Amino acid sequence: MRLVLIGLVAGFFSALFGVGGGIIMVPLLILVARYSERPAMATSLASIGLIALVGTVSYALHGDVRVGYALLVGLPAAAGAVVGSSIQQRLTTNALTFGFAGLLAAIGVWLLV
Amino acid sequence: MIEIVLAIGLGFAAGMLAGLFGVGGGILFVPTLIILFGLGQVEAQATSLLAILPTVAAGAWRQHAYSNVRWRAAAVIGTTAIVGVELGILVAKALPEQTLRRLFGVLVLAVAAQLAWRARRSILAP
Repeated sequence: MRLVLIGLVAGFFSALFGVGGGIIMVPLLILVARYSERPAMATSLASIGLIALVGTVSYALHGDVRVGYALLVGLPAAAGAVVGSSIQQRLTTNALTFGFAGLLAAIGVWLLV
Repeated sequence: MIEIVLAIGLGFAAGMLAGLFGVGGGILFVPTLIILFGLGQVEAQATSLLAILPTVAAGAWRQHAYSNVRWRAAAVIGTTAIVGVELGILVAKALPEQTLRRLFGVLVLAVAAQLAWRARRSILAP
């Protein structure tokens, strides 16, 4: 039942913003379903696959999906995900995390002004 | 040409973010598509969802190798999410693009703050 609620919330969030929903699903799995952090992240990733698939098909029916652009950013991202996972196993990532925080802060400001 | 190089670089960065934090990378895909290629907010979001698929396939495959994935739970969440997804698309297409874009900007800032907080906490408590 808790998983059903998490699915509803994550699906709404994902389709509303075009993101996977992991930002909201990982904390919900930890706080509501009492997962520990690693299974929460991994289970979130697998769920995102299904959610994004449904979202893609539904948006595509409205004619909003641009396949060429999706491949242009999505294929390098698959390589990045493999690199990111292995970095996570080995290194302390504080500098990298601050770097991403800075990049996102700049983008957020750009979108708002 | 420069846009394509930047798109590949930002795509790779989005994937790293996904691999490091268990997210899909959409938080970087959407602004990349808007800023570099001038896509509308809804178009960028729809395209981002497709770009997420190869990213999470790679990430979930890696995590499956570490036996961290609970597939039954993922199937339950993914199936019930269908209802949420359809509602989300209705709302996204009903809102004015400018409003949706501002909401997305607020989300991006919130994620930036969350990342900075996480890094700070792990410095204080190594």
